[in-house]
Amino acid sequence: MMLNDRPYPDWHEGLTIQGVIEHMNFTWPKLVTKVNGQLVWPEDYPNVVLAENDDLKIHHLLAGG
Amino acid sequence: MIQMCDVPRYKDVDMEEIKKMQAAHVLLNKVEYEPKQIKKGYTDKLLTIDVTDASIKISDIPAEVKEKFVGGKGYCLRYLWDATNPNTKWDSPENEIVMSSGPIAGITQYAGTGKMLVATISPLTGIPIDSNVGGFFGPYLKFSGFDALELKGQAEEDVIIVIDGNKGTIEIDKAPLEHLDAHLIGEELTAMYADDENDRKHVAVVCAGSAADHCDLSMLNFTFYDPRRGTVRLKQAGRGGIGRVFRHKKVKAIVCKYQGIKNDLNHVHDISIINKTGVKYHREMATQDPKQNNMRKIGTANTMKILNDYDILPTHNFKFGGTPNIHEMEPKVFIEQWLTQGAADGCWYGCSMACAKAADHFKLKTGPYAGNCVVVDGPEYETAAGVGPNCGITTPQVILEINFYCDTYGIDTISWGTTVAFLMECYENGILNKERTGGLELNFGNCDAALELLHLTAKNEGFGKIAGMGTHKQKEYFAQQGWGDMKFMNDIAMEQKGLEYSEYGSKESLAQQGGYGLTNKGPQHDEAWLIFMDQVNNQIPTFDDKAEALYYYPRFRTWFGLVGLCKLPWNDVVPENNSLTDEPAKVPEHVDNYLDLFYGVTGRRIDREELLVMSERVYNFQRIFNIRLGKGLRKHDAIPYRSVGPVTEEEYLSRQERYDGQLVEKVGYTKEQVEQMSLQEKMAATRTYREGEYEKLINAVYPKRGWTMNGVPKIEHLKKIGMDLPELIEIVEPLQNVEP
Repeated sequence: MMLNDRPYPDWHEGLTIQGVIEHMNFTWPKLVTKVNGQLVWPEDYPNVVLAENDDLKIHHLLAGG
Repeated sequence: MIQMCDVPRYKDVDMEEIKKMQAAHVLLNKVEYEPKQIKKGYTDKLLTIDVTDASIKISDIPAEVKEKFVGGKGYCLRYLWDATNPNTKWDSPENEIVMSSGPIAGITQYAGTGKMLVATISPLTGIPIDSNVGGFFGPYLKFSGFDALELKGQAEEDVIIVIDGNKGTIEIDKAPLEHLDAHLIGEELTAMYADDENDRKHVAVVCAGSAADHCDLSMLNFTFYDPRRGTVRLKQAGRGGIGRVFRHKKVKAIVCKYQGIKNDLNHVHDISIINKTGVKYHREMATQDPKQNNMRKIGTANTMKILNDYDILPTHNFKFGGTPNIHEMEPKVFIEQWLTQGAADGCWYGCSMACAKAADHFKLKTGPYAGNCVVVDGPEYETAAGVGPNCGITTPQVILEINFYCDTYGIDTISWGTTVAFLMECYENGILNKERTGGLELNFGNCDAALELLHLTAKNEGFGKIAGMGTHKQKEYFAQQGWGDMKFMNDIAMEQKGLEYSEYGSKESLAQQGGYGLTNKGPQHDEAWLIFMDQVNNQIPTFDDKAEALYYYPRFRTWFGLVGLCKLPWNDVVPENNSLTDEPAKVPEHVDNYLDLFYGVTGRRIDREELLVMSERVYNFQRIFNIRLGKGLRKHDAIPYRSVGPVTEEEYLSRQERYDGQLVEKVGYTKEQVEQMSLQEKMAATRTYREGEYEKLINAVYPKRGWTMNGVPKIEHLKKIGMDLPELIEIVEPLQNVEP
């Protein structure tokens, strides 16, 4: 699985987007998330299970002071 | 949690004292004028005040200046250029402080429309510094009939300048009795020039603070009166030592008074567009801010813990990216224990973001005002990070106390935080010791020493004299004394072009290294803040991607400063459907809002590309201004290694897994080779690689910007963007083929 175009080493069966966010300690609230190019809304993060070959993008929308 | 409804009003000033102060004024000059009505956001008038002979002049701003420079920062730089020459220093009489707000400034229908830009030749950098500031002064000056104010010369004794936009008078008075510290003189002059308490909100004051008489890190305070609290609030034009220039001219304050705020003082082209855009934005703010940044509850410091989580929060002079003690100062601590909630804390009318938070009736424990209960404006993120974790301090009470004293003394909290962090690292490395600091134990985290140093700096006593010099001059001084190795100090002193870094760790983001290094005024984040796009999102992986970002964002962000807008409403809240857009990071809907606002005010319809070109003209003008004053070439864009990679063994070891991994993944060593390398060899290889990457980045950025490999704007590019002014060509022509 790729996360932001980098190999994600901790993929396992049943891994969800929420699992990735927690594992990576992504605490910023404004995230834009896509799985294989398809937008996923925040309320679905706990339900979307990731496959081993998925391309996950979690973009933080933060552009500084 | 402290609620606004429970906050008692502050004690009023002693009006008998105010009368004595006013009675001591000596009138030097007074003129009457007919305030020109604003038309489509502009007055097209310039006010020039020379305090050497107390002369006051009002002149027209030519149409060609308006076309090329737009307003705000553009006007500031244009008039600063015209007043100065290649030999002008910060303390030359001809050096000016120029202030201008911009055409959109002063509208009350959209958020963040009260900004003013201030520029001067900086005592820290020797080149133009620009700084933006909120508060009422910018709009009031325009409503009083002036798009820009230039302040020149040097008075013999302390003066104040008073502009009354309703009466149409400008006067310059000797003013011997008012205090220098901002929280005092702000109250004194507000009370002095208001007809009564209800009138105080019509008075705005620009002042510095007592440190500005000698400290190069000094800034300007801009007041606005808070009628609910019954006190004056302070906003800052912080960067680059503008307050030092102000006080060198012996100006104590500038007062602007204007009453009669209403919704169309700008006499805009089409108010319906502005109303519609504003209503849309305010709805978005109401529904999205609680789900996003909580700007209305805590302001910019909402990112404190976030940046700690992502290894970006500068800690111990930027050595590390976070502190294990962050829980002591995370946003909820400030919200629940310190910052007043339930107040619409905007620094200009109509700002629904309202992020100017305050700690009320804060009891000071140290310094000349110990025991007083004061209002503390902030802390902004930069302040909390800089005087906090970067100096090893995570105690909110101490951070707020430093915040207050920096403000009232007139010291820029960003430069102060970065300077003290540098001094603390020098202390811990033996470059400084108790003998050299006059007894101060400047270890990271020593709150008492940090506060004592601040008070000494304000008084220009002891080691405070050294602290007030700024980081660049400090390292030269320490080397001259034989106290430290210049190479090491160059590595750890977080300054470039003479300006201290603002408060983001850039080691793991090459694009942000450029975002700091490839700036005009020095390492301030307001041109390009790319850390998350680069380090976390990996959205700009190639040199070309990073170069494009370092071309786009400085141009886009410069535009805020041309027209009088605050940057925060652009992306500190975003539309709910922003993630569906092609480029969420640019917040396209808000960009379109700005195009509508500009059209609605000026009647001039521009598209996204024209917006960028407007900025690019001013951006290149500033670059050439730097070259005119001896900086602005490639060698001046070099950055300290602390901003690029690990300087010390301690830093490398703190992230050893990351750095070892990068030697394999990025540099090309095998795992086995890395395992056999000594720590010093690994650090050297990391340094060679990272410094090489920064040079490659420059090689990608300069052509994108239309510059030579030496960082000089090409004549053909200046022609393309319509900025081939003869005075610019004269500077760059001899440098067109000069190699770096």
